[in-house]
Order: sequence, then structure tokens, then C-alpha cells
Amino acid sequence: MFNPPSPHEVKILTRRFGVQNSHTIDASLAHQGYDGLKKAIAMGADAVINEIKASALRGRGGAGFPTGMKWSFIPRTSPKPKYIVCNADESEPGTCKDRLLIQNDPHSLIEGIAIAGFTMNSNRGYIYVRGEYRYLIYILETAIAEAYKHNLLGQNILGTGWNFDLFVHSGAGAYECGEESALLNSLEGKRGTPRLKPPFPATHGLYQSPTLLNNVESFCAVTHIIRDGAADFAKHGPEKSGGTRLMCISGHVQRPGVYEMPLSTTLPFLINEVGGGLRPGRTLKAVQPGGSSSPILLPEECNVGLDFDSLAKAGTMAGSGGIVVLDDTADIVAYALRIIRFYQHESCGWCIPCREGTTWLKKILERLNQGEGTMKDVDLVGELAKNMFGRTFCALGDAAAWPTGSIVKKFRGEFETKLAAVQARQVPAELVNIG
Amino acid sequence: MATTTAPPTVINAKLNGQDIQTKPGTLLINLTKELGIEVPAFCYYEGFSLQAACRMCLVQVNSSPKLLPGCTTIVTEGMVIETESPLVVEARKSMLEFLLTNHPLDCPVCDKGGECELQDMVFKYGAGESRFVDIKHHEPERPFSPVVYYDPARCILCYRCVRVCDEGYGVNALGVVNRGVLSEIAPNRGDQLNCDECGACIDICPVGALTSNTYRYKTRPWEMKHVGTTCAHCSNGCKTTLGVRNDEIMRANNRDSSGLNEEFLCIKGRFGFDFNHHPDRLQSPMLRIDGDLQPVSWSKALAAVAAKFNEVKAAGGKFGIVASNRTSNEENYYLQKFARTGLGTNNIDHARTGDVVTLVDALSGKQGKLATMADLYQTKAALVIGSDLAQQHPLLAYELRRNWRHHQARIYAMTPGPVREDKYAAATARVAFGEEIAALEGWREQLAKEPELLILFGDSIKGASLRQLVDFGESLGIPVKYVALVDYANSRGAIDMGLVPELHPGFVPSGQPGLTLPEMLDDSQLDVLWVVGANPLANRSQANPKAFVVVQDLFLTATAARADVVFPAASAYEKKGTVTNVTGEVQRLTAAVKTMGTKTDLEIFGLLGKEMGLELGIWSPDAVFNEIRQNVRGYNVTMPILATGGAAPTTPVNGKVNVETRSDLVHSAGDTLFTSGSMTKYSQVLNTVAERPGQLYKPV
Amino acid sequence: MSIALSAATEARWQKILDAYPEGRKRSAVIPMLIFAQDETGIITRELMEEIARRAEVDYLQVEEVVGFYSMLRKQPLGKYHVQVCTNISCMLAGGMELWHHACESLHLKNKQTSADGLISIEEVECMGACSWAPAVEVNYDFHHHVTPERFDEIILELKGKG
Repeated sequence: MFNPPSPHEVKILTRRFGVQNSHTIDASLAHQGYDGLKKAIAMGADAVINEIKASALRGRGGAGFPTGMKWSFIPRTSPKPKYIVCNADESEPGTCKDRLLIQNDPHSLIEGIAIAGFTMNSNRGYIYVRGEYRYLIYILETAIAEAYKHNLLGQNILGTGWNFDLFVHSGAGAYECGEESALLNSLEGKRGTPRLKPPFPATHGLYQSPTLLNNVESFCAVTHIIRDGAADFAKHGPEKSGGTRLMCISGHVQRPGVYEMPLSTTLPFLINEVGGGLRPGRTLKAVQPGGSSSPILLPEECNVGLDFDSLAKAGTMAGSGGIVVLDDTADIVAYALRIIRFYQHESCGWCIPCREGTTWLKKILERLNQGEGTMKDVDLVGELAKNMFGRTFCALGDAAAWPTGSIVKKFRGEFETKLAAVQARQVPAELVNIG
Repeated sequence: MATTTAPPTVINAKLNGQDIQTKPGTLLINLTKELGIEVPAFCYYEGFSLQAACRMCLVQVNSSPKLLPGCTTIVTEGMVIETESPLVVEARKSMLEFLLTNHPLDCPVCDKGGECELQDMVFKYGAGESRFVDIKHHEPERPFSPVVYYDPARCILCYRCVRVCDEGYGVNALGVVNRGVLSEIAPNRGDQLNCDECGACIDICPVGALTSNTYRYKTRPWEMKHVGTTCAHCSNGCKTTLGVRNDEIMRANNRDSSGLNEEFLCIKGRFGFDFNHHPDRLQSPMLRIDGDLQPVSWSKALAAVAAKFNEVKAAGGKFGIVASNRTSNEENYYLQKFARTGLGTNNIDHARTGDVVTLVDALSGKQGKLATMADLYQTKAALVIGSDLAQQHPLLAYELRRNWRHHQARIYAMTPGPVREDKYAAATARVAFGEEIAALEGWREQLAKEPELLILFGDSIKGASLRQLVDFGESLGIPVKYVALVDYANSRGAIDMGLVPELHPGFVPSGQPGLTLPEMLDDSQLDVLWVVGANPLANRSQANPKAFVVVQDLFLTATAARADVVFPAASAYEKKGTVTNVTGEVQRLTAAVKTMGTKTDLEIFGLLGKEMGLELGIWSPDAVFNEIRQNVRGYNVTMPILATGGAAPTTPVNGKVNVETRSDLVHSAGDTLFTSGSMTKYSQVLNTVAERPGQLYKPV
Repeated sequence: MSIALSAATEARWQKILDAYPEGRKRSAVIPMLIFAQDETGIITRELMEEIARRAEVDYLQVEEVVGFYSMLRKQPLGKYHVQVCTNISCMLAGGMELWHHACESLHLKNKQTSADGLISIEEVECMGACSWAPAVEVNYDFHHHVTPERFDEIILELKGKG
């Protein structure tokens, strides 16, 4: 069903994937399941947070914020209820890792959330699963029920006197709900529009209470970090980007797949050694290294590490770990259009530049893709992207503008070629030079 | 020893190169406003929740690599702010460019043209040419209600309407549906509104997306004269600005938020002016000739009345004068003078709607006990007894809600049925009329813990129970202020001007007997019944069917139909003068229009007095008000406040009234948001909205 | 109540309503909608009113979310809703051609339903199958590496199931 593993993988989060019935608690317990939770309880909350800080784990949802620091922001002694929310609204084009984690090892996620619950002195957690992942909701519900039976969730967990209830919440189709504050609005039954920040979810999250919100992979990583120690995780990546991450390689490679790789992996290594390289006879045209929101890289820019800082330095981002590879057969104009169609469809409509900007960009790119318009339109795309970038309410506008701007800047020639090719076919020769 | 740093009391920052100082916690957009520097915004609206959605107010701040919205950025120490830098100017221009991509630019036929915030901004900050050449998204215009129309194409999604309805009015009748560029505003009943029909959404809309069905496509803003006056309907005294063209009121609004009601108006204030040009308006005096009322000249009608009045007066006959809850203070004052000195009678009364007299008496000797409108917004706790405030006193309800939103005021509601305050009140109780005083004891402990309290009470609290209420309030040991709720635009002024037998103006005991309103009607010896702006015979007859009846009114009411002489009176929108609202604030009436053939009640009094040969003084509104200022205690108000359209608080007598007042006659008509006494019949708007007339204690 | 739902959906609704703290039933609105839609196929005004009543919110608050979430629908679709992803990863792997194949072979346009009500198709955004593209989701069942030939087989299987 999914891709076979790669020999280059470092299997930490995916260590139980090959185990038979890996999604069951029996399989989990047979492979050190919930040892991390037990250890966390023994360590105490402060030590847990320090351990996560030491692991240099950075959020796997897209922003790459240091997880330990995020955990330290939660007012754990607040008299308000504290909530743990897991973002399983995986929707970034190019990304399909959270799905695998939940499907193969839901207990690793539940354990990570429980560790967070214990650490934050929380009694309630939610896993927000995108509506399309319905089967994962059932898997999670079964796994949660098993955990209750083993007193790993529920009342007086493991005799500590601490209670923690965990629920699964279904989304219903909205990319914007991957943005943490929009997710919280959605979890409260509202439209998935983002909230003003500050205040941040750490203090005013779900129901205006302190809320720890992390991505599926981040919680799973916590489970293994606490169990095996920060150093064991951190060593797989550069200093400020600890550990492994599930890298989703897709597009024009011979072995697309999800591979757990150290963050010290480089992009050429991932493409060539892990992803099996390009198809025979093809050459590299471009790579989007961090999902559809990341600025595109030209082949000559691809000699870069896949950790957060290296990609940022290269003018793009690690994002959610979706690496999309385009070879010379790719139509970059159609590709740009497809990106902007996505963001236009998903723009929540809250703010003007994103709502109107994505719509306008889509209209222009539709024209250009049909070979209509002029090079002035290509310039206009670049200008509109610039006018949107950094000025929208949330990062969705940036996510639309950033790759689009980079594509028209780096592939202006492709637009020119496409326009010329189509117009040469359609416009009678005697009219070409008029005006 | 631990040291604590005191929070700074002043913030130093730099704005466009100038060193400035401001209070901690100041929003950048408010700072610029204070300093007279425009930072344009659509979604920002003072007093409502922050959206940061329109991105028009983006400014440059040294602490951020990105431009920041001025509406959500708090000015901090050392901040360097640029609101006119090339980057900011360019961002503004591009934001408008985005906005216009789906805007129809149908300004020539748009009602908002000429007073549209988008138009203004594009004019000032926009690009000269459009780079958008594609097809615009368009959805057809649709009615949300008989008064509210929505044009989604023009909507810029600033969410002001959603917020004013939800946060402001507590109605929550507007929401946002769909997503992205297809997002639009939607009403709460699928395709229709079920709400207060207040039209606040229309006025607050910065563009022409929400328009008023009573105004749309009728005129342009610049073709109208804009006349600020006081609403003619309930006692709350909202300022309303009438848009007038060719002696016709085209619309009413309060877009400049200049009155004590700020952005607030209800359906009556915004749409209920239409009674004024109802075809049934009386436009000629009428005299009963051969049993029928027939149009006659003013001189003939005045002569007939003067002759009759002089005849009855000479014969020592009995007059009964029924005064109005709606006429101006000047008219009220002049009428009681007419009665008492001109006709020599103390038989003057009006339909009393709140027991202000007992309240003033019960508070004898105490200072500052009568609340002003500002207290509704500022007092930390308020107790509402026996009134469905949102329906009967919508501005008071709005102010209390605003107080709760902005200051977390604690509201207590003791009413016979559910009220809108229930949703946010600190405590609510369902108590039948007449049982409130006993029930209040249950709240004593809680209320005594409040730092201060405002008590608003309806007509179920009067006489003895009102004295008990004041005893209760004064025994709490906290500062307490009171509001006696009264019904109509000048109900309070009617009492203040002595339109009751027991009082002269200014709560001075008359010391003379006099017939009350029911007594006049029950008196089989009554010779003359003179009714000014009232309809006492709506549901009953009078004991002496032969009494000579004179009526001054806008319409041929049941009482007017029974009259011997009818004078066509001018409405509140057609006269100059003052009225006093429920919280004792005097405000100006400005003549906005004229209906042919009518005269103001004051002019009618003056002409009649002259015809009778009486010496009652000049009857110009200014002269009479001057007399009121000199003679009526509490009314020596500051003129500039009035002259500039403000509300001047009156300070009623601070001593024992010492009269036997007829509290038993106090009775509120119980009008809802969609009724307005006998004017209801003549307002098409009040009759066409689906909610009409509604029921009290059953919130819409 | 005005609409009758199966015991299973009722039980699901109860489970959803029980999942949120006191006074936070509004949280249940979106999950209630999507699970009910699985049974009814469509979100009607009656359903929204019922959910508003159960979750103790205004009708408008339900209406507001229905149009926001792309999986919630006021128009009925087929018993089998065939969703073809054409987002970037799928597109590079032939997703766009697959989508055109779906339209042509079934003679349907986007969000249209076959005359017998069995099959509807939709071009959807990324479903999280990027590394096994192109992907198709039939209701909630994923199909990976879908070629036009494989697509036809899937459709045949659906028709066989009826």
C-alpha cells in the first residue's frame, strides 16, 4: 500500500511500523509503549520540559518553532483548565506523514499527548483530525479505548491521582484549520478563521484557556525523546534542528515515499539515494522543499541541508517536510496555477489581501496557463505576490505569495516560452506585430 | 528587600519624526486619531472587537520587519512609527487595489456614493488606474428584511455589521457564510432577518453593501439638508440626523455618533419618521358645522375656540386640559401657563407613564441621586426592575450592554418574563409585577457588595412600593442612583413642566385642587375638554358628551374625530424647542421639515391666547425656553451644550415635593420596539416588518 | 424531533456531545454535521436546526460553518463520492490526466452525480497521499497510485456493489 522503507532511514518514530498489528496497544506495549509516559511521571514536569528543550526538537507542523520553548510558555499553575490539542489536520500539499504515524502507531501519539497532559497538569486533550482522514479517527478511537483499559488515560492514571481524558475531533475540510488559532476556532465549533495574536494559544487557546498545541509528529517525537533521552534524538540533526523527521518526497523521483531521515540529510541525498533519483534521462527542474508553501529552488540551489536553518538560509523553508521534485517535463506555469488554485480555494476570506489577492492571482495564472496575456501579466503576478506577502492576517497569504513570487522570478523564461508557443499557434502571423 | 517597579504612566514614542507621549495601552490607531493623523481603516470601529481584517491600517513600526496593523498594535516605549512612509503608502494603495478587484464600482447608482468610506479612501490613497482586467465575482442583491437590503458584490467583509448586531445590540442576527472570496454576510433565518430591524448594520456599513429600503435609490447625500434633532418616539432621547430634501424626510441616521446615543438608533429612530408624511396628516383646521368636521381657515377656527373659551371662562365653567407626552418643554410650559393664568384652571393632566414625582419626593434632601445617560455606561452595577429594556428602552439596554462589554458591569434583571439582559446578567429573577420589593430582599446581600448601583424601574413600582424601593436602595450602604422609566419623547418634560394638577413647573406644589385626566373624562359637568397631542378617548367616552372638545394633533385620532374644533399640529420634526429624556437630559428639537397647513402647538397656544385677549408672553421657542431657564428649578442649563446639539442634564428640586401625587394613575402603555403609541398606526415601517408588534418579555 | 436518524448516528452524536466541557456544546457542531451527512448525504435546513437545538447554539451559527468547510454540502452527491486529487504531487504523477479521464469516462463534471445517483466526482485538494500519487478517495477510502485503468476498475467495483 505504501512505499517500502529505505535502508538510509533512521527509524525512531517509525520503529514500530513493521511490527505486526502495530496499531494495537499490545504491540505497542511489547515494544516499550508508554515507557515514556511512565518515565515522564517519574521525572516530573520540569525535567520533561528540559529534556524536550535539550532534544532541539522543532515543531513538525510547519513553523519549526522549538517545541521545548513552546511547552515552557504554558502557565501550568493557572487555575484555568489546561488543554492539550494535537493538530492532525495534515493538509499541506506534499505532506502525508501524520497519516502514516497515526495509522501505524497511534499509541505513540497518544503517549506523547499524555506526556504533555501530565506535564501541563491538564485533564483534557483533543486530537483534531482532518475530515478526510476518517479511518484514522476510528483507529484513534480504538487505540484511546485500549489506553483507557490499561489505565494510561482516564482517572488516576497509573496511580498518580492525575486524570486525563482524550477525545478525537473531526474536521470537515479546511486547510486553514491547520493554522493553530483557526484550528482552535474550528474546535470550538466556529468558522476556521484565524484569531488575533496576541494573546497566544499558550495562555488563551481553547475556550480562552492555556492550551498546548502541537503537530502529530511533534507529539510522537516527544514520546521517544522522553523514553530514550534527548541526546539520542538530538544527535541525528544539526545543533538547532534535533532528531529525525518524516520526509515526504513526491513528484518526479523513482521511489517517492515517506522516509524517516535525520535532519542532517541533504536534499541531493534524499532525492538521489533515498528517493531513487530522477527517472532515466530526465533532468532536475526545481524542488519545493517544504510543502506547497515553500519558495521553489532551482537545481543550482538544491545543494542544501534539509534542516530548518539551512533551508531558511537558502531562502525557503523546511515547512511540514513535504519535498516535491519537478523534472524537466514539468510545466511550471501549470504548476504555479495549481498552487494558487489551492490557496484561493482554501483562503478563509477573513482578510482582504489574501481573499482578493489569491483570487486575482488565480485569474491571471489561468490566463497565462492558456497562453493568453502578456509578459506584463507575469510581472503583475510578481508584484501582487509582493503586495500580499507579509501583509495578510495569517500565514496562508504568505504561503500563497511566497512560492508564487519565487516561481515567476525564477522561471520567467518558462512563462515567456509558453506564451510565445501558444500565441504563435493561435495568432495569425500578420497580426503578431500589430500594436 | 524586594523592589517593585511601578508601571509606567506615560509612553514615549516617535510618530512620523515627532516625539510624542501617550498613555500605556494606547492602540496605535487611536494615538494617530488623537493627533489628527489619518490612518485609514475599514474593519476598525471603536468600541467593538478588533478584527485586523482589512489591512488598511498597516503602518511601519521599528520593532517589526513586517508592517503592522495600527488597530491591534499597542504603542510601546521607544516605538518609532511611520504612517506615511513610501512603504506604508504603497501598501495602502495595494490593499485598495485588492479590494476593488471584486467591487462593482457602481458608485453612480450606489446609495453610499458621496459618503462611502471606500470611495473616500480610493480618492485619497488609491491608484489612478486599474490593473484588474478579469471578470468580477458577482452575486445579486437581495432583501434581508423590509428595511435591510444586502448587495454582496459591494461588501468588503469588514464585519462591522456582524459586530454591531452581536456585540452592540446582543441580537446576533448577522453572520458570515461560505468561504474565501465567496464569503458573504447572511441573516439569521436563512434568507431573512428576524431581529430588531434597527438598521444599525446599514449605518455602520462603510460601503453600500447594506442599504435601507426606505431610502435606497431615492436621493443622493449631497442633495439633502442634514438636520440633527431628537427622536420623536420613546423617552430615551436619541439624537437622530434627518436627511431632508424638498420638505420631505428621506432618512434618519446617526452616522456621526454625535448624540448621547453615539452609534445607536432603533427602528423607530432610524425608520419610524415616516408617520410624518403619512397622507392622513391633518393639514387644515376643522370645525364641526352641522354635525360634521369641515375644513376652515385658521382664523375661523381660532376665533371659534377663543369665543367658546372666553364664554366658558366668563361663566365660571369647567375646563379640562389633557396635555401631551410628546410636545416640547416650551409648549408644555406655555400650556400650563395658559391653563393656570389664562383660563384660571388647575384641571390639567397628561397620561402619566412613570412615577417621577414620588421618586423625587422620596429622594428629598439627597444629592446626585437621579442618573444621567452617562451613568448607564459607567456605573459598575445596575438593577433593572419590571421593564423589558431592550424593547421599551432600547438605548438604555444598549448602554447597559456596552457597560458590561467594556467595563464588565454587573447587571441584575428582575422582570416578569425573559429579557435580553438574561444572557449576560449577573443575576436574573422572574418576578410578577407588584412582587418585586419582597423579592429584592433575596438579592440584598449580593447587591450590597457592589461598589455602586443604578436602579431602573418600570411602572409597576410607584407610590408606596417606590418609597420602599428607595428605602431598600438607600439601606444598601452603597451609592445608588435611580431612573424612573417613562414612555415617550417628552414624558419626563411633561412632569417637569407641571402638566399635573398637583405640581407647577419644577416640582413646586400647586397647592390647588384640580381634576386629573380620568376625573375630567368622568366629570359630567365639564364644559371644555382641550386635548393637545393625546388620545384620551381612544377607548372610552366622556361623561359629558356635550362638552366642547378642542384637539390639536397630527392625525384625526378617535379623540379628534369626536372634537368640535381640530387644529392640525406640527410634529416634533417640524418644530424648534427642547425635550427632556428619561434620564432628565434636555435636548434640542430642530425643525427639519414643514407640513403645509400645520402650526406648532406653541404657535397655536400663542395665537389662541392672543385671540382671547390674554397676556401670556411671547410664544417663540427661544423666549419660552429662556423663561423656563429662569423659572423652572433644575432647568437653568448651559446653553452652549444645547446649542451644539448636546444633552444638558437637569437637576430637579432637591427638597420635599410634599404633595399628594396620584401614583395610581401611573401606567405605561407597554410599547414594544415595534409600536409607538398612536404613531404606530401611521408608520408604514413599523407595520411592515415581520416582527411587528412583538410581545414584551419575549425577546425577538 | 423533526428528522429521524439511525441509532448509530444518534449514538455518534451523543458521543460527540459528551466530548466537550460543560457549556461548550458548540464544539460539537462540525463533527455532528459531518457524521450526520454521512447518513443523510446532504445537510438540510432541518438538520441544521436540529443540530442547533442539540448543541444549544443559534441556527445562524450552524449555517455559518456549513458553507465554510468544503466537505459539508447542501447539495446531494452520489452514494459513492469519488474524489480525485490534482494538487501538486498528484498533478506531477498524472493526477490532472486522471481527473480528465474521470470526467470523460463517467460523462460527469465537477461535483456532478450520475443519473442513477450512484457516483459523483469531485476534483479535490491535497488529501495526504502525496508520496503515493495520484490518489483517489471514494467516500473515506483511499486509493493510491491510481492509473486510468485502475480508476475504471474502481468504478466497476463500485457499480458492482451498487
